[in-house]
Amino acid sequence: MTDQEVQNKIKTEEYFINMGPQHPAAHGVLRLILTIDGEIIKNVEPDLGYIHRSIEKMCERDSYQQIVHLTDRMDYLSSHINNEAVCLAVEKGLEIEVSERVKVIRTIIDELTRIASHCLWWGVMGMDLGALTTYFYAFRDREMINDIFEETCGARLTMNYNVPGGLMFDIHPNFVKRTKDFIAHFKTKIPEYNLLLTDNVIFHKRTKGVGIITKEDAISFGVSGPVARASGFSSDVRKHHPYSAYDRVDFKEILFTEGDTFARYQVRMMELWESVSIIEQLIDNIPEGETKAATKAVIKLPKGEFYQRVETARGELGVYINSTGNKNPYRVKFRSPGFSNLSILNHISKDVLIADLVATMASFDFVIPDIDR
Amino acid sequence: MNFLQMNIPLNITKTISDWIFSIMPETAANYTIMVVIAVAYLALFAVAGLYLVLLERKVAAWFQLRIGPNRVGPWGLLQTMADALKLVSKELTSTIKIDKFLYNLAPYFVIVAALMAMAVFPFSKQFQAFDINIGVFFLIAISSIGVIGILLAGWSSNNKFALIGAMRSGLQTISYELSVGLSILTMVLLTGTLQLSEIIEVQRTGGWLIFQGHVPSVIAFMIFMIAGTAETNRAPFDLVEAESELGAGFHTEYSGMKFAYFFLAEFINMFIIASIGVVLFFGGWLSPFGITENITWFPEVIWFIIKVVGLIFLMMWFRWTFPRLRVDQLLTLEWKYLLPLNLMNLMLMAIVIWLNWTI
Amino acid sequence: MTNEDLQNIITGLGTDLEFTTEGSEFLNVIVPKEQLHSLCSQLKSNPKLKFDYAFCITGIDWVPALGVIYHLNSTELKHEIVVKVMVDDRENPTLDSVHDIWQTADFHELEIFDFFGIKFNNHPKLRRLFLTPEWEGYPLRKDYVDEANMIIK
Repeated sequence: MTDQEVQNKIKTEEYFINMGPQHPAAHGVLRLILTIDGEIIKNVEPDLGYIHRSIEKMCERDSYQQIVHLTDRMDYLSSHINNEAVCLAVEKGLEIEVSERVKVIRTIIDELTRIASHCLWWGVMGMDLGALTTYFYAFRDREMINDIFEETCGARLTMNYNVPGGLMFDIHPNFVKRTKDFIAHFKTKIPEYNLLLTDNVIFHKRTKGVGIITKEDAISFGVSGPVARASGFSSDVRKHHPYSAYDRVDFKEILFTEGDTFARYQVRMMELWESVSIIEQLIDNIPEGETKAATKAVIKLPKGEFYQRVETARGELGVYINSTGNKNPYRVKFRSPGFSNLSILNHISKDVLIADLVATMASFDFVIPDIDR
Repeated sequence: MNFLQMNIPLNITKTISDWIFSIMPETAANYTIMVVIAVAYLALFAVAGLYLVLLERKVAAWFQLRIGPNRVGPWGLLQTMADALKLVSKELTSTIKIDKFLYNLAPYFVIVAALMAMAVFPFSKQFQAFDINIGVFFLIAISSIGVIGILLAGWSSNNKFALIGAMRSGLQTISYELSVGLSILTMVLLTGTLQLSEIIEVQRTGGWLIFQGHVPSVIAFMIFMIAGTAETNRAPFDLVEAESELGAGFHTEYSGMKFAYFFLAEFINMFIIASIGVVLFFGGWLSPFGITENITWFPEVIWFIIKVVGLIFLMMWFRWTFPRLRVDQLLTLEWKYLLPLNLMNLMLMAIVIWLNWTI
Repeated sequence: MTNEDLQNIITGLGTDLEFTTEGSEFLNVIVPKEQLHSLCSQLKSNPKLKFDYAFCITGIDWVPALGVIYHLNSTELKHEIVVKVMVDDRENPTLDSVHDIWQTADFHELEIFDFFGIKFNNHPKLRRLFLTPEWEGYPLRKDYVDEANMIIK
């Protein structure tokens, strides 16, 4: 009997499984409807909206200073970078130039946020694959960054520090010293992370060759961030459309060509080194200047459309503001990186095992409020 | 007075059994002795299970740079008592669509298998409940019965996730039993007997088996540790209960006391694998270089426990360091790597013994 | 490539195209809805243009018309353009789907359907993405009213 005849005689069925919305491996409330044959996945359909808070509709009702505070609830792990995106878009519309001091401080805090986000990602990736100790090591370092933020910005996670025109208040006197201490401590920790997870044979077998994205697919699906750079698609907004102080620091854009989970992992690990290098270049010479450029109390952007791109820890966040000259915007659209990254998940998950899907999703680093807005 | 040369014959089992025989007729005395032994083993099962859980939590905390339970009792020693009380007082929930008979039967399979295996271990020269001449063979056979409990649990829960977990566990255990059996067989070649007390006697006169067999013994030990960790569904082979993938695997639908049975049975299985390793490789209750040889039972039990806890610590170390293997990688590891290696090692041990190259 | 060169090349690709750079940092092309698909596929395949990366697809409610705005970028030639298309019919708006040109449009069009109600022809599976399937109305339209959930200042 040929294989096909045997298959027809033994009746097997595909069945549906819900992964989520409450699930230890879904990074937030994401519901994936998997169609499975045995252990092999045939189709992945995401069902979103569990944390949809209609941020874009609320932006049409609020003033420009108020929209900034809505954005750090979107991707809460890069909250400072989200705030900066809206502030830069508004500053572009008002055509005001912020001082050098503001640009340098924004860049330093951006990179600290990126390190904190990648630390959490690393801990969670180990945990998803079964190495439960990585979570604790990562949070130990993230706590140090959160303490720095708490002293300067007043909050640990959703730091409302950026305002259109500059910063809400100046940095704390301890900021420079604490950041330098943290950088010195962190440089001894990244080799520890590599020793625990990156060099592990079991980890290599779980992640190499899993979830491969080709460069053409990455461009067509609009993938950005470390996921795209692991496939060879050079998409770092900090290099192509520099903003704040990124045009005067020297850092490499990390590109790999394999496009598998291990490449995405390595891109983020090497980005940790690059972030450390950027902070080191800027922390010693923060120029003097005003902390906030003067803006009117009621901000009205002129009639037109303004688009600003920034590089969050997940990829390219785009803010599109369409204004008709009123004090509220007419339409605000947030092009979130997670949304486009999620759209490729079905394409690369044909005929893989569930364990591979978990590893792939861990390497994509989803934050679901970013996707659902 | 040389303390180490005193011969202290504290022959507890003999004194107790003599006393019981003296106060009752023979058949009643036999039954009473059986009941006493059963109660002792159940107590040992419960206490060992509970304290192994505490040890796991403390070891995990140590690896993760934190302290672990330290509130309930000094150093958290009463923590698992509190957990056990909590589990006993929980409501036994279950869904409507379960297969009631199998659902209730499943935990008992794993416990009975674990208890029967524990019955043949020599904790000391006197403390061995069941010293049969096919001891090792009996152990390997009994450890296969526990699988049925897991499969029944997954099937009767009427839950897709539980079923997937149970199927994964079934095929994992069946595959790795081969490796465990073969590595045990390699050591049996050295001893020439399957009876556990005889195996320890061989080690008393000739040195521990892992040193007697040098190279093939060490390879057999490494394979035994890997396969034993896989048998008991512990990380890095714990995809059965991979919490980050499928909820809780085959015991998703269990709660309260029945869940406690599965949970404790996992730790007792770890104890059993470590005990087999200690008996076959590290000399059982023998002291190194025979230093406390003439003092009966008390130091022997202590030595046994120290060695078993050492091997259990090794298994816990694996769990908190390595990520998890995927199901097809697990099977590849067994069938393509461990099994051929085991067979070659067996032949190597046979050649070493034939050419009289043992130490 | 500069905006003037882009304008010269694209003018030849369709009829009735309007160009403007007022109020925006990119060159805007307003295309009638019947030519949307053919213009977009030519924007991608033309070797001088090669717009292969659609980085933002937005729905917008220009009262009384509904519209979609495509922000396009070329990863090789490094120029950018904005394509706008309008639909006048508010009861039953339809547009051609461009998911076969840029696969990212698959999800973005689902979002636009969910919030604005614009149906896309040839879309593989048009469904509500964020809201529940029973939801009535299209929230991001300017005339959407929901007394229970909307707080208006």
